[in-house]
Amino acid sequence: MSSNNPIIEPVHSENGAKAALGERTRILVCEGTGCVSSKSPEIRMELEKTIDELGLGDKVEVGFTGCHGFCQKGPIVVVEPEGIFYCRVKPRDAKEIAQAHLASGKPVKRLFYRHPVTKEVVPYYRDIMFYKKQQRVILRNCGKINPEKIWDYEAHGGYQALRKVVETMTPGQVVEEIRRSGLRGRGGAGFSTGVKWDICRKQPGDTKYVICNADEGDPGAFMDRSILEADPHTVIEGLIILGFAIGAPHGFIYCRAEYPLAVRRVRIALNQAREKGYLGKSILGSDFDFDVEVFEGAGAFVCGEETALLSSIEGARGMPRSRPPFPAEKGLWGKPTVINNVKTLASVPVIINQGADWFASIGTETSKGTAVFALTGKIANSGLVEVPMGAPLSTIIYDIGGGIPNKKAFKAVQTGGPSGGCLPGTKLELPIDFDSLQQAGSMMGSGGLVVMDQDTCIVDVARFFLSFTQSESCGKCVPCRVGTRHMVDLLDKIATGKGTDEDLDLLEKLAHMVKQGSLCGLGQTAPNPVLTALRYFRSEFTAHVTDKRCPAAVCRELVTFRIIPDRCTGCQSCVRVCPTGAITGPRSQAHNLNQEKCIKCRSCYEVCRFDAVAGEAIIIVS
Amino acid sequence: MAVQSSPAVLDKTRARRKDLVPLLQKVQETELYLSHESIKLISRELKVSESEIYGVATFYAQFRFRPPGKYNIKVCLGTACHVGGGQNFIEVMKIAKNLSHGETTPDRQFSLERVACLGCCALAPVVVVNKEVHGRMNRVTFMKLLDSLDSSNKSEESSQAPESPA
Repeated sequence: MSSNNPIIEPVHSENGAKAALGERTRILVCEGTGCVSSKSPEIRMELEKTIDELGLGDKVEVGFTGCHGFCQKGPIVVVEPEGIFYCRVKPRDAKEIAQAHLASGKPVKRLFYRHPVTKEVVPYYRDIMFYKKQQRVILRNCGKINPEKIWDYEAHGGYQALRKVVETMTPGQVVEEIRRSGLRGRGGAGFSTGVKWDICRKQPGDTKYVICNADEGDPGAFMDRSILEADPHTVIEGLIILGFAIGAPHGFIYCRAEYPLAVRRVRIALNQAREKGYLGKSILGSDFDFDVEVFEGAGAFVCGEETALLSSIEGARGMPRSRPPFPAEKGLWGKPTVINNVKTLASVPVIINQGADWFASIGTETSKGTAVFALTGKIANSGLVEVPMGAPLSTIIYDIGGGIPNKKAFKAVQTGGPSGGCLPGTKLELPIDFDSLQQAGSMMGSGGLVVMDQDTCIVDVARFFLSFTQSESCGKCVPCRVGTRHMVDLLDKIATGKGTDEDLDLLEKLAHMVKQGSLCGLGQTAPNPVLTALRYFRSEFTAHVTDKRCPAAVCRELVTFRIIPDRCTGCQSCVRVCPTGAITGPRSQAHNLNQEKCIKCRSCYEVCRFDAVAGEAIIIVS
Repeated sequence: MAVQSSPAVLDKTRARRKDLVPLLQKVQETELYLSHESIKLISRELKVSESEIYGVATFYAQFRFRPPGKYNIKVCLGTACHVGGGQNFIEVMKIAKNLSHGETTPDRQFSLERVACLGCCALAPVVVVNKEVHGRMNRVTFMKLLDSLDSSNKSEESSQAPESPA
């Protein structure tokens, strides 16, 4: 992942590019963070080299795109206009692809996508079930355009919405269109975007601010990262339109520090947009001035909360404030401010172009449009999934996600990150929308969907999420600061087999108190994982408390590791990795595991499953 | 009743204060950590007290107040990485290098940080060494990675950037 200074490419090559789009074969290498970590830029360089050597430069153009949202299968290389999709490509494969496919017309079959459970081989992008069942509106350009070339965005309809707004609409009309579309904030709370814009537009004063909240802190969520890396202009366009709608001359994109590639691509995009007159003074010849500044987060989950974000920009500790007054009335430096999530802003150009009625025709009565989810965990196809609101969870998990791998059983799906909850199998037909999820005790949140199988311990998951929110608590209010601390301590007790029934009752009482008493969304939602876990998986808690057992064999103090003599080939792999020398035994004979020395670190279990000659000779029991 | 300061004065203070976090980030980008000297300098320039600056800087996980190791290892502990076994890497670092979060080895070769989420969840579990992202790790490949960093230390003579295993 390079962090060079952004190189500003000249933007006058669009005519050449448009011709190229139509006539030549294009081979596009994904350069999102995931694929870059697996050396995708080297793939591109090797392709360029080989194509040069083969003299194919006139027929084939090599380019790159941002994240396709299917990082698990990366590095991804796509050949257009055929639509061939290559997975897990390595730099050394580039030569073969160039020679066999590009030069001789024979695609490289071993690099095609293969469904992890059904084993079906699918050569074409459009046929891959993961993508086929999605409706990619917000993600429309991700993986299709070069994020560092503004003319590619324009060639795909980019900045037409801005033109329409500036040339033919009034701010009031823009707000009305967004309100009619039914768009609700995609940051998690789901507040009506149009209403928020309207409140701010009506505030008196000329100094107003607009902010794009790209502080995607939910662990397990990477939608905003992908969008900013793959299609930054759509977010910028949305932000400019927002600025126009409420009368703000200045905007910020607050992006977290952990996303350096996204920050880099946004800066490049902003510079290109300025060159083209989409930003700056007299945008597209109107009397609308607007510019955007990038502000990098410094590593605080709470800064995703809008008032904490404001404090952060103002140069203070990222601590939330009580509301009312809401930022739309009194925000940054006391001025009216609208803060919107990346996905919300990415929806704006589409709504303006296609119309509010079109957008409102997708989704449910109260949740319009599409929603983007990061589907991760124990799932065959892990990645970014966009579906209409109201699609059942089962479609996402089984049709698109491909189900649970390794023949394991589904146990739960965590929605909404640390603010959400674990839903059991009985909730699989639940439609994914703001209200259904809330009624079930969880929430949409920013869109994380973590799938868990029989090997996941719900008590451990609840403890994990609480530890996270506890450490990220800003400390301002007592219910959150002290309450979450006590909840974590209780969960530690339960997970280590020292919990009592009284502890469970206290845990539940505390959870309700923290929820009701906390100042901001972090504290108010931190107890959700615990409350849903108690609601749907109480038996696991009682197993830990009463039987001192961990049914999923995860919680260390409650499990024992054993070697199965019949399956052990004596390969010594585990002997080598054991940090305390608890495993002994000569070659080719079943090994011994000394329980007293065992610290339950799982090293032997993992080595036996991945590397060892026998495999699965070590089991964990509770 | 509070005195209403003129907006121009407020704007100036706000503009200076707004630069605090970006300035701290720039300093850390160049010097790899925030030394007392750099905080003193920023304090003079922005006219904000040192204690106030420390108050802000210590709030954010990104800022370090001690120099990192040559190989700064960030272990992601997001949901997908946790479910994928991310905690194991923290343990390996404790056993192999005697390091906990925020610490650097006495020979300044390795340092460890826990990170909330890097956004590479489909490649979980993930570890970052300096600026290089390593996905799909497991305990065994992580130990091999550490070994390769150790041996590239021993074999290098000039101060080149380390090669990471494919």
